[in-house]
Amino acid sequence: MTVAAVPVNSEPALERTVMRSWKVPLALGIFVVIAAVLFIGFGRDGVSTFRLATDSDAFKLPDLVIPTRVGCVVMTVLLAAITGYTVMLARAARRVPLWLIAVYGVLFVVDFLTWASAGAAVPVPGLLVGTLGLSVPLIFGALGGVIGERVGVVNVAIEGQLLAGAFASAVVASVTQNAYAGLLGAMIAGVLVSFVLAAFAIKYLVDQVIVGVVLNVLVTGLTSFFFSKVLTPNSAVLNSPPKFERIRIPILADIPIVGPALFRQTIIVYVMYVAVALVWFCLFKTRWGLRLRAVGEHPTAADTVGINVARTRFWNVSLAGAIAGFGGAYLTLGAVGSFNKEMTAGAGFIALAAVIFGRWDPLRATLAALLFGFAQNLQNVLSIIGSPVPSEFMLMLPYIVTIVAVAGLVGQVRAPAASGKPYVKS
Amino acid sequence: MLLSIIAGGILIAVTDERVQAAAGYFFSRPLDTLNAIGQSVGGAYSALFQGAIYNFRRPGFAAGIRPLTETLTFATPLIAAGLGVALAFRVGLFNIGGRGQMLLAAAAAGWVGFSLDLPPVVHLLFAVLVGIVFGGLWGGLAGLLKARTGAHEVITTIMLNYIAYYLVSFLLRTPVLQAPGSNNPKTPAMKPNATYPDLFGPGYNLHAGFLFAIVATIIVWYLLNRSNLGFQFRAVGENPNAARVAGINVKSVYVWAMVISGGLVGLAGTAQALGTIKTGFGSGIDAGIGFDAITVALLGRSRPWGVFAAGLLFGAFKAGGFSMQAAEGVPVDIVLVVQSLIVLFIAAPPLVRTIFRLPTPGSRAPRRREAVAK
Repeated sequence: MTVAAVPVNSEPALERTVMRSWKVPLALGIFVVIAAVLFIGFGRDGVSTFRLATDSDAFKLPDLVIPTRVGCVVMTVLLAAITGYTVMLARAARRVPLWLIAVYGVLFVVDFLTWASAGAAVPVPGLLVGTLGLSVPLIFGALGGVIGERVGVVNVAIEGQLLAGAFASAVVASVTQNAYAGLLGAMIAGVLVSFVLAAFAIKYLVDQVIVGVVLNVLVTGLTSFFFSKVLTPNSAVLNSPPKFERIRIPILADIPIVGPALFRQTIIVYVMYVAVALVWFCLFKTRWGLRLRAVGEHPTAADTVGINVARTRFWNVSLAGAIAGFGGAYLTLGAVGSFNKEMTAGAGFIALAAVIFGRWDPLRATLAALLFGFAQNLQNVLSIIGSPVPSEFMLMLPYIVTIVAVAGLVGQVRAPAASGKPYVKS
Repeated sequence: MLLSIIAGGILIAVTDERVQAAAGYFFSRPLDTLNAIGQSVGGAYSALFQGAIYNFRRPGFAAGIRPLTETLTFATPLIAAGLGVALAFRVGLFNIGGRGQMLLAAAAAGWVGFSLDLPPVVHLLFAVLVGIVFGGLWGGLAGLLKARTGAHEVITTIMLNYIAYYLVSFLLRTPVLQAPGSNNPKTPAMKPNATYPDLFGPGYNLHAGFLFAIVATIIVWYLLNRSNLGFQFRAVGENPNAARVAGINVKSVYVWAMVISGGLVGLAGTAQALGTIKTGFGSGIDAGIGFDAITVALLGRSRPWGVFAAGLLFGAFKAGGFSMQAAEGVPVDIVLVVQSLIVLFIAAPPLVRTIFRLPTPGSRAPRRREAVAK
């Protein structure tokens, strides 16, 4: 398994012969080796318990108990089998279906958790709840990023939009004592950040990445300044917003395992489900979406058929800002309950990575954001159950997985053709 | 013309900032008069100046000039890292991995610094070299992934940041980096031979790392503007497809650009570990410089000397910002606002022209001038 065995198929496909991509089998193979070395080579005795039910479930599933050593061996063999199957597929020059990779990924995670939790119990619902909680701002940010890039404006300012949304929602909700007003404030703040981005990128033709990066710094500076100067002395009036209550959807919330995570959430999360579906539908099934994508792929052609490129870009970037700002509101109104200096902590950049990882597709980007959320949440769970190898390596693993996944599975992604390029009507 | 635009931009940034500051005071003390606003803003700015350039309150020149040396100390890693990010920008790559590259470089250089015993000059040079190499390897990894698999460098560098952070955090808990007999995740102090010597004696923090930053600027200038490799870099940055058609090996350019970029950021890491903080460091050694460097590179328009000037300016803001916070109670974050506004206004000459109603310059696109002049 050497790197040299990988055919470099990144040349433009002028000569489209049968391309056999060995990237997927190779990437999966690396993980099988990791699994074999760690989970079998350093195998652990004892039993691993997966707690599948929460205390408030209507009907409780029993705990799933797996003997650690046997379970790890079985699952690693299964992983190897899937890898073998992908080798066959690659030899036959057929594509590896996405669901197979998903199954592989889940299996690997379960394998890992089984190994890590020998003699301890993994609270599975808690794991999922935490994952979703950390993913919400990432997903909103990623949706904003997808819309921005699809219309041809690279949105590096997601971080700034999230932060502005978090700040505005905290202040507005505190002053009005109304969380819904806070949501509105968050969206307006996100739009305002977008206005600056759009104005500089579209009207003044400044490099979009520059504006985005600078806006992040600007928003960080402004919110931190106001936080130290205004919010902290008057935190009772300005920084104690009412939090959203969790709403329990009657029947769905009792679905075993996933129910608590998906259907005992605040209204922001339910809006998120709708937003993801809506953005996907509108982007690919409506005239608005077609125009948006046309402007992002080939602005000249779009202009020729009578679409106002600058206006389309301006309003859609604003929309993207509203969505990202909404995600920022989750941090204050949904999770923490107050604004804090630089509370986004790089979430905007992770969302940006999710956009690219998700190939500029709302659904895939959402999945990528969930993956990152899971990765961050794993830290909390592992600190509870105690981990057999130094925790830092556990924490590193998700990011290594991402790199291997991006290198092996996604490969050369193609951005919307005109993304990042200003359009000057000639 | 350009100078006046820049000056105008800074002026606007300053006035804008006053509006911000005034609004801040207005909310907290609405009954205060405009006079008070003027006073506090003036006080803040004079504190900023005294913290960054020259302190009139101290007796004598030697003590008064100390803030300027502080500025240069803060500027040193900013310049080095800014050069790295700028170089990547010129090749069309976005290196957000400054944090990871700095951490790894600092850890490697630091290990050489406290665990080996070498003669005076050799030790420092070796430690710096090791730091540069490790920063370069970490950056090159992202370049290699991009070249071989097409993995987007924005993703990989962000992920490598986290990986480096956890790796260094882990090493700081093991005897490899941890100070013996200590429970803190912190390295022992550097051996004197391995540290950058003080330039003006022990009274000042300024160290020889600044000289390295100057040398690095010259090297990057030569590399980009006079060398064959630099020409390939710029060609790929302008249009990778055209560069490929012209026979340039785009993939190896990506790898080498990231190696050199990471190496420069690594130099910033050594400036932190061997110069600014000699008493041993923890995993926060990067101090956010990896991200600040992006702004520095943008303000410097990715030109080596521009980055140098931008690094000095931001160093002044950093040095002055802290003294402003201490003296006047103005949060240091306002510096971020001023910095970003400056970059925004410098990046958008048409906006400044609109505000001042200046005539549009007759010759279009002065930004492309350099390519023609070469």
